[in-house]
Amino acid sequence: MSEEHQVKTLDKVVVRFSGDSGDGMQLAGNIFTNVSAALGCQVSTFPDYPAEIRAPQGSLSGVSGFQVSVGMNVHTPGDSCDVLVAMNPAALKQNIRFLKPGGIVIVDIDAFKPTDLRKALFETDDALAELGIDEKYVLQVPITQLTRNALAETGLDNKSMLKCRNIFALGLVCWLFDRPLEEAVAHLGSKFARKPAIFEANKLVLQAGFDYGHNVHASVPTYRIESMEARPGIYTDINGNTATAWGLIMAAEKSGLPLFLGSYPITPATDILHELAKRKDLGVKAVQMEDEIAGVCSAIGASFAGNLAVTSTSGPGLALKSEGIGLAVMAELPLVVIDVQRGGPSTGLPTKTEQTDLMQALYGRNGESPLAVVAPATPTDCFDMAFEACRIAVEHMTPVILLSDAFIGNGASAWRVPEASEYPEIKPRRVPEELKASGEWQPYCRDAESLVRYWAVPGTEGLGHRVGGLEKDCNTGAISTDPVNHEKMVHTRREKIARIARDIPELEVLCDKDADTLLIGWGGTYGHLYAAASELCAKGVSTAFAHFRYINPLPANTLDVLRRYKRVIVAELNTGMFADWLQCRVPDIFIHRINKVQGQPFLVGELVKAVEKIVAE
Amino acid sequence: MENETKTYTPADYKNGQSVRWCPGCGDHAILNTLHKAMATLGVPPHRTAVISGIGCSSRLPYYMATYGFHTIHGRAAAIATGFKIANPEMTVWQISGDGDGLAIGGNHFIHAVRRNIDINIVLFNNKIYGLTKGQYSPTSPRGFVSKSSPYGTVEDPFIPAELVFGARGNFFARSIDVELATSQEVLTAAARHKGTSVTEILQNCVIFNNGIHNAVTDREFRADRTIHLRHGEKMLFGANNDRGLVQDGFLLKAVTIGQDGYTIDDVLVHDAHTPSNFLHQQLAMMDGTDLPLAVGVIRDVEAPTYNDTLDEQVREVRARKGFDTLRSMVLAGNTWEVK
Repeated sequence: MSEEHQVKTLDKVVVRFSGDSGDGMQLAGNIFTNVSAALGCQVSTFPDYPAEIRAPQGSLSGVSGFQVSVGMNVHTPGDSCDVLVAMNPAALKQNIRFLKPGGIVIVDIDAFKPTDLRKALFETDDALAELGIDEKYVLQVPITQLTRNALAETGLDNKSMLKCRNIFALGLVCWLFDRPLEEAVAHLGSKFARKPAIFEANKLVLQAGFDYGHNVHASVPTYRIESMEARPGIYTDINGNTATAWGLIMAAEKSGLPLFLGSYPITPATDILHELAKRKDLGVKAVQMEDEIAGVCSAIGASFAGNLAVTSTSGPGLALKSEGIGLAVMAELPLVVIDVQRGGPSTGLPTKTEQTDLMQALYGRNGESPLAVVAPATPTDCFDMAFEACRIAVEHMTPVILLSDAFIGNGASAWRVPEASEYPEIKPRRVPEELKASGEWQPYCRDAESLVRYWAVPGTEGLGHRVGGLEKDCNTGAISTDPVNHEKMVHTRREKIARIARDIPELEVLCDKDADTLLIGWGGTYGHLYAAASELCAKGVSTAFAHFRYINPLPANTLDVLRRYKRVIVAELNTGMFADWLQCRVPDIFIHRINKVQGQPFLVGELVKAVEKIVAE
Repeated sequence: MENETKTYTPADYKNGQSVRWCPGCGDHAILNTLHKAMATLGVPPHRTAVISGIGCSSRLPYYMATYGFHTIHGRAAAIATGFKIANPEMTVWQISGDGDGLAIGGNHFIHAVRRNIDINIVLFNNKIYGLTKGQYSPTSPRGFVSKSSPYGTVEDPFIPAELVFGARGNFFARSIDVELATSQEVLTAAARHKGTSVTEILQNCVIFNNGIHNAVTDREFRADRTIHLRHGEKMLFGANNDRGLVQDGFLLKAVTIGQDGYTIDDVLVHDAHTPSNFLHQQLAMMDGTDLPLAVGVIRDVEAPTYNDTLDEQVREVRARKGFDTLRSMVLAGNTWEVK
């Protein structure tokens, strides 16, 4: 480490906690995030964990990581980290590639014994040399021993003591970044509310970690992180899946409809089910069904019955729900389908992020079955887009697929708790009284402007009717196999979805609007793309940036925006699905593509390079 | 507003659609008895929902004046479950065939029964796929020859009642399509039961499986090969009502009163309400060969329903936590203020 102690002022800093999947790295990272957010920092997190709950201890496959960026102008969890905490050799080996040049590594040197090194497939007894890490950047801390020392008088058994190592590391990181411990203690208090002895132990260890940092500080540069001037209000820390769940609840409040969730556990979407199951305290009925198909079908039943009905899943589950979603298309019932995308195909990479379900969302059903597709841009935007999905579903009587992903679903940010008055009323399309009174109402009577059929809710006298998956006569709603009627209904269903474009915001262009180059993204890649476009502009490579949150229909001004630029680049975490979706609308424009399908988010640096390369061509 | 004291006739539940089932199909009789059962129950048509899957029987909702949903193959139980949870004021009927309910929809069927959601499942069992023109179904007997089993099936069938008991069901009844009074009686009892009711109706497919139930349903010997069980009554059957069921070790035995020393006192009394399903299962498994096939309400036991328990839990949690909006809930958690 450098000789002289310095305090650096940084506008943002990235910390990566890594260890065995049982080492509590997610907890340590989460608490550091919450503490930083409470100090007014922007935060963005990236939990990077294995699919196995407990892989063999100390093995390379069992490494769990949690990366967080805190400070000002935080749009992503960061390409690489300033500080890497590695609780064992496997964590160091797997994560050293994420360390910035000059970044600091903190290791638990007690966990670097020869047997530990063998488990992580090191060939020598010197892990640092083998990985080519300069020792001056490494803080070698006997975390295990110091944790035991701190707890010597508590009477805890060795196993319980070892479980506190993560909090020692947290205390050390808090010292490093000048975070007072009160907030962290409060979070430990709520985490271990039912285990007072464990809480007290963690508190001791947290302080010990902090004090250790203080005592050896002469050899470490410490950082202070700038805080933001945030919009006044009450804030909380939120991840994308919780934001999604809460957005649905807001939509239930604004529509006056009870909220129903029919779901089945699947990584990485299950937290939505967890959150809504807790929200019986707000009247939510969240039902864990027997399978994915029952999840969507129970939601369709709830929708027919008059509720705001939702099903949540990930890619494989969306595949199973296809036929059910087709029924909702045919019956023209409101339904929100949440797909927290993960790596595919098949079981694929359950805990990793991708944008590879776009075509499945748009086309993955039999017959001509158009529906609306929207995609949140950030963890907090999950709230707004879940609300929008509900608004579109209810006001346009259609299934809507919300394409979230593992990155934003698990990633967290600080979120200003909104007032209900900041969101519009959602107006269910009930059968108009005059139409009912005239006796001319039929199940497929439509509003002439939007082509939306009316929602006649069971229990209402005089509106008894039958719907189903068979084609219907466009006037009476009776079963019809008439060829011309069928074609008319196909076009009507398509046009109904197209007209949603009148009811959604226009596409905005950010960064340098007058540039020649337009960088385009959609969904959960917003943070990385915005950061890349900003960096390109700062480097003198003028770049405009447009990000799509409405996928079908596209915003009404989409083609106008595309035609304004000499060079159009679509960057996405698949092999070019959204680029294809745009390309078929503008065959005359050449669309450049930046694609990555590694189960990992973009890195800002690689995006900047890729755009520069295209611009230079 | 609706008049709760209003009485209804079967015609109030019929709509004007012309019924499209084949002439002679057993479904016609079941439809008529369902209309009658609904009138007996007196639940207004707009408070009644009929939800079906796919198959001949699943066309039934189109012939009702209630709310109806003709859904997708196998999924009616899941859709009816969501419907009932969302709108518990409605009386919910699910119409399924043996293919729809027990093959493609078998998983939803057993889970609906396990949850004890308050829906009335009517299972039309004709032991054949009719709408796809004659393939064997999961209730077709071993060796059954059909278009998809030209050399006979090499698998054993489900007995619907056995599945219901395996899934810990609390209501099981059976009837035969041509026994109109029995069908009306069991459908009415099924609807009055709180929780999942399963009513199996042996139904004849006149085109693809004509006479499949004849071994028990033929008029000539129906009285000797079936028994109508009624709660609190002796288990008697036979053309002269002189045969009865008695306990024989752990099993049942059919005897003739006055023969082999058996008297009327030896004949068992049916208790549909006893929580133990041991005897119910034996009764339901009788198939008309050694022992008569049972019709009537075989099991009818009160148990907590999914929908009532869920509503109760929501009320309890809401009262305890006292949140009225999303914001009030969020503000009760970890937050900080930026001024």
